[in-house]
Amino acid sequence: MAAPAKRVERLDRVVIRFAGDSGDGMQLTGDRFTSETAQLGNDISTLPNFPAEIRAPAGTLPGVSSFQVHFADYDILTPGDAPNVLVAMNPAALKANVADLPAGADIIVNTDEFTRRNLAKVGYAVSPLEDGSLDEFAIHPVALTSLTLGALAESGVSKKDGERAKNMFALGLLSWMYSRPFESTLRFLERKFAKRPDLVAANKTAFQAGWNYGETTEAFSVRYEIKPAKMPPGTYRNITGNQALALGLVASAVRSGLPVFLGAYPITPASDILHELSKHKRFGVTTMQAEDEIAAIGAALGAAYGGALGVTTTSGPGVALKGETISLAIALELPLVIVDVQRAGPSTGMPTKTEQADLNMALFGRHGEAPLAVIAPKSPSDCFHAALEAARIALTYRTPVILLSDNYVANGSEPWLLPSVSELPDLRVDFATAPNTDDGKFLPYLRDPETMARPWAVPGTPGLEHRIGGLEKADKTGDISYDPANHEFMVRTRQARIDAIPVPDVDVEDPSEAARVLVLGWGSTYGPIGAACRALRQRGLTIAQAHLRHLSPLPANLGEVLRAYDKVVVPEMNLGQLAAVIRSRYLVDAVPFNQISGLPFTAATLESMLEDVVKNG
Amino acid sequence: MAETVALKLTAKDFKSDQEVRWCPGCGDYSILAAMQRFMPELGIPREKIVFVSGIGCSSRFPYYMNTYGMHSIHGRAPAIATGLSASRPDLNVWVVTGDGDALSIGGNHLIHALRRNVNLKILLFNNRIYGLTKGQYSPTSEIGKITKSTPTGSADTPFNPLSLALGAEATFVARTIDSDAKHLQSVLRAAAEHEGSAFVEIYQNCNIFNDGAFDLIKDSTTRDAHLIRLEQGEPITVGNLNVVHPEGSFGLKVQEGGTPLIHDATVDDPAYAFALSRLSGSDLSTTPIGVFRSVKRPSYDEIVRKQVLDAKAQATGTPEEMLDGLLNAGDTWTIL
Repeated sequence: MAAPAKRVERLDRVVIRFAGDSGDGMQLTGDRFTSETAQLGNDISTLPNFPAEIRAPAGTLPGVSSFQVHFADYDILTPGDAPNVLVAMNPAALKANVADLPAGADIIVNTDEFTRRNLAKVGYAVSPLEDGSLDEFAIHPVALTSLTLGALAESGVSKKDGERAKNMFALGLLSWMYSRPFESTLRFLERKFAKRPDLVAANKTAFQAGWNYGETTEAFSVRYEIKPAKMPPGTYRNITGNQALALGLVASAVRSGLPVFLGAYPITPASDILHELSKHKRFGVTTMQAEDEIAAIGAALGAAYGGALGVTTTSGPGVALKGETISLAIALELPLVIVDVQRAGPSTGMPTKTEQADLNMALFGRHGEAPLAVIAPKSPSDCFHAALEAARIALTYRTPVILLSDNYVANGSEPWLLPSVSELPDLRVDFATAPNTDDGKFLPYLRDPETMARPWAVPGTPGLEHRIGGLEKADKTGDISYDPANHEFMVRTRQARIDAIPVPDVDVEDPSEAARVLVLGWGSTYGPIGAACRALRQRGLTIAQAHLRHLSPLPANLGEVLRAYDKVVVPEMNLGQLAAVIRSRYLVDAVPFNQISGLPFTAATLESMLEDVVKNG
Repeated sequence: MAETVALKLTAKDFKSDQEVRWCPGCGDYSILAAMQRFMPELGIPREKIVFVSGIGCSSRFPYYMNTYGMHSIHGRAPAIATGLSASRPDLNVWVVTGDGDALSIGGNHLIHALRRNVNLKILLFNNRIYGLTKGQYSPTSEIGKITKSTPTGSADTPFNPLSLALGAEATFVARTIDSDAKHLQSVLRAAAEHEGSAFVEIYQNCNIFNDGAFDLIKDSTTRDAHLIRLEQGEPITVGNLNVVHPEGSFGLKVQEGGTPLIHDATVDDPAYAFALSRLSGSDLSTTPIGVFRSVKRPSYDEIVRKQVLDAKAQATGTPEEMLDGLLNAGDTWTIL
């Protein structure tokens, strides 16, 4: 059949949100669309949003799972504030997401699911498709389920398997609409259903049917094109923060030449790091699923004592449980990487929602004076480099390091310019092999004058047998000491050696060089803050942006930077934890701006707040 | 091993330069002395031996051994030692713990180390009291124990440490007594030879807060009527009584006459050793000592290490090449 020629429109950016039941495969659909989009060379940023319940009752609001993808022909910093397109697989998905849509947005709905029963489940008395309530949007009703089943009538798969393929129909339709290359999705289906050739065929058919539907039906008159973004040359892949972090730890194993020992207890949203690392044993990575959070860090510390790069991965509740062992690691002065993928708290809170409220715990949440290094990645791909940096500090300065990721960067994704392995930092370490005094003794707490690190003398080294422990140690000898002057000295030394870790100066981005307002962020807020600053500058306003990767120690130039501006604003997804540190440390009147909704800042929220500060002081 | 032949260590070599600071008369002294005397027998160089402990009187033990050692935090020694042992197969790792450390705050780590069969030798010094915090009751104190924290008597039923270990299917379970140096050393020897987790309960006298707790089985006038010495292949008896397995019964019985059971620690079903462990309660009236269970099962360390070694054996290229391949895996695209 000859399809009517479709109009092709060019766009510079699009935000699409796929929404459906937890069991509808929306994460997978979003993931595939993202991968196709990456192949095309658009810049991308994604935001999955799913409930903690694995399968909440079907068709209900708590069961709605969504995946948002923002892609553009220029470089973008966030997954987008508001979707231009919503794919709603059922009434619940429509209801849960419609409030986020701007007027004029396209909504593709699966009409098969708009039954009286499903509408009633979410409190629609009348179908919103019929009562005019969606008039400000462009509605595209598609009988996704029955069209899929129709396409699969001859395939021989069960009705259940056929219905499950409706997400591929939706993906096919959207892939057509946005002119996506789909070969990688067909390859993916072959891999995913390798053991079920009938499902490979069914899902491919459903995908193709969706594509053809777009091409032939009059309901979709326009096809869109988004040209590739101008990005630095090189090889890219799309990557989530958790994946990047795991790969950063594998890279740390290779670059240090040490085995990695991960002790972990499953916890959302950190478990994917455990899953990923457990696949990479060939790099000398051992993963242990421990009996609890405390055992997880204990085993990692035990391995570190034995000369491995010890790592533990968790989220806030887990860090709370690990606190005592972190303090032991501080007393023992052994390298250890503690990854906290922050989620909304306190207590169980909202395990699948994001927050930055563990900064205080990372900096201060231990008994005694227990300083350590803290760093935070600013984007999904930056998690790779942050992991290497955490390993570098831990190994060089023989200290625990807390890496503060969060759900937003952990599950979000973006294109990652793949680094060259040989250019990654050299993390090789020197173990102690011989006595360190003139009279042939070994002093386990005799420090390297440059790094202030004590020797790493691992068991198995002849002649260096020694005992360490949590009791206060005498300077140099490490023997148990209750001497008041020694304790004071050791407490101050432990603080001083963290303070002395050299970290790069913080950079300020202010193309105008005339800004009077500085916005200071840390961690995952980099994207929305950056996008807000760009938007303000495009409108002729001036603003300076600085972003912290190192939270402990803070960059040496930070005080000077802060004092150079009339006003310092600190947006955070907490109640002002960094702002409080800045105020007390630098006596700067840092103004907190806080959102603690479990969702990342939108660029628009920050733009409007910053505009007010820039204009009105 | 060549180095074994060359080693001529003595007990003195295992004494550290630290002053021992247990209370005079503490049972820990005799355990330390027995350990230092026994260690040279192992033929393992000192640098390959590590003692890891938690918190409590017993947990000061590593400071006094001239080996590698870590005095860690309360209850966590089995977890820390698991990471060390799993990542360092060349080491000989011992855990020293007490009844509070292993069975209260660290109970979870103990049972999980045992079920995993981590290659650790775990010595639980059981004095049935909290010593370092000055005399509160412990999870092995007899019910009704009057202490500083229980002036009207403790209300909780104690753990039987061996029953607990056997419930976790520990592959090596033994009990001995601080004052019986010969027996203590024989049990340490058997534990050291075991591949996997070896759990040893050592009855240990706290002469300050719980003096005489084990006198019934230590005092020469009462000992023979209450102490059961388990010997592989020998009949199980106490005084002139026999330990028998009555037909139709789940447990064992101490009685006159009948056919005494012949001890076999290698019985695979932990029910046998468990039944033995039930002979002794808080009152110590019929208390077995010796090796209750000694069976073979692959250690956690061995299994985990094999997975890593197999993966390495299948890998090709240098680590840098492999990493480059890993980073470039999946759907990539190139911008020129």
